[in-house]
Amino acid sequence: MKARVFVTLKTGVLDPQGKAIGHALNGLGFASVGEVRQGKVIDLELNETDEAKAKAEVKAMCDKLLANTVIEKYEIELKA
Amino acid sequence: MKSAVIVFPAANCDRDAKVALTQMTGQAPHMVWHQDSELPQVDLVVLPGGFSYGDYLRCGAMASQSAVMKAVKAHADKGGMVLGICNGFQVLTETGLLPGALMRNAGLKFICKPVALSVEETQNAFARHYEKGQEITIPVAHGEGNYYADDETLDRLEGEGRVVFRYKANPNGSARDIAGILNDKRNVMGMMPHPERVVDPVTGGTDGRALFQSLIETLS
Repeated sequence: MKARVFVTLKTGVLDPQGKAIGHALNGLGFASVGEVRQGKVIDLELNETDEAKAKAEVKAMCDKLLANTVIEKYEIELKA
Repeated sequence: MKSAVIVFPAANCDRDAKVALTQMTGQAPHMVWHQDSELPQVDLVVLPGGFSYGDYLRCGAMASQSAVMKAVKAHADKGGMVLGICNGFQVLTETGLLPGALMRNAGLKFICKPVALSVEETQNAFARHYEKGQEITIPVAHGEGNYYADDETLDRLEGEGRVVFRYKANPNGSARDIAGILNDKRNVMGMMPHPERVVDPVTGGTDGRALFQSLIETLS
């Protein structure tokens, strides 16, 4: 089973990189761009076939290492 | 005062810390490798500045999971002193020994320069040799020193007298100009500026000396 983890900054936490990306896009003429938030994607291969177990395990990984929950939130996507 | 400096791969201020501690205490600190799971008998553990594990994932995230950090946590839980400088501060927040997080500088640039700080609290083991309100100059060198915590945590830090240093002119966007904080038991301090770089006039200043004198006096 494969897992994809999206780690992004929590709402309300300032994202200076996202701001800079937004400014750059505006500078390139993409006038429709408003606020930009950036984050990271982590792909994991798991030796696990049970979806519920896999989800619980990846959640534990997120809480322990992959995300800093003081400033970040995460979403988990599982694929068989 | 017996001390130890933790050596993480890609830390680059461990030797600066060693030189400063040797000069100030008269004896060389133990240099403890990150894979060691035990600490020697020491009063003070220093987590040095640098880029431990290449800052992979997040600054301090990998170091917080290292074998030696379990021993550092145990040392702190027993009331032992821990000083985290720069990347060491990031490691302390990642391990949960200090609240909050250090984020990318608001201006996105790496900042390396002497900065003016005000000493906010002196009733602790790390700053008793300073005067309350004293202005000191200590260099910073970081890309991710933007201290963040929620308002409730910030209020608690201020209310409990745990903000030890503030920037006079905030260089990185830190919440409430915070440059250094204590844990609730006041035996763990993290700070972004580098006091170990200013103990000898040869390297541009001596405002870091009082921090080490404070620890020496407390621990001797």
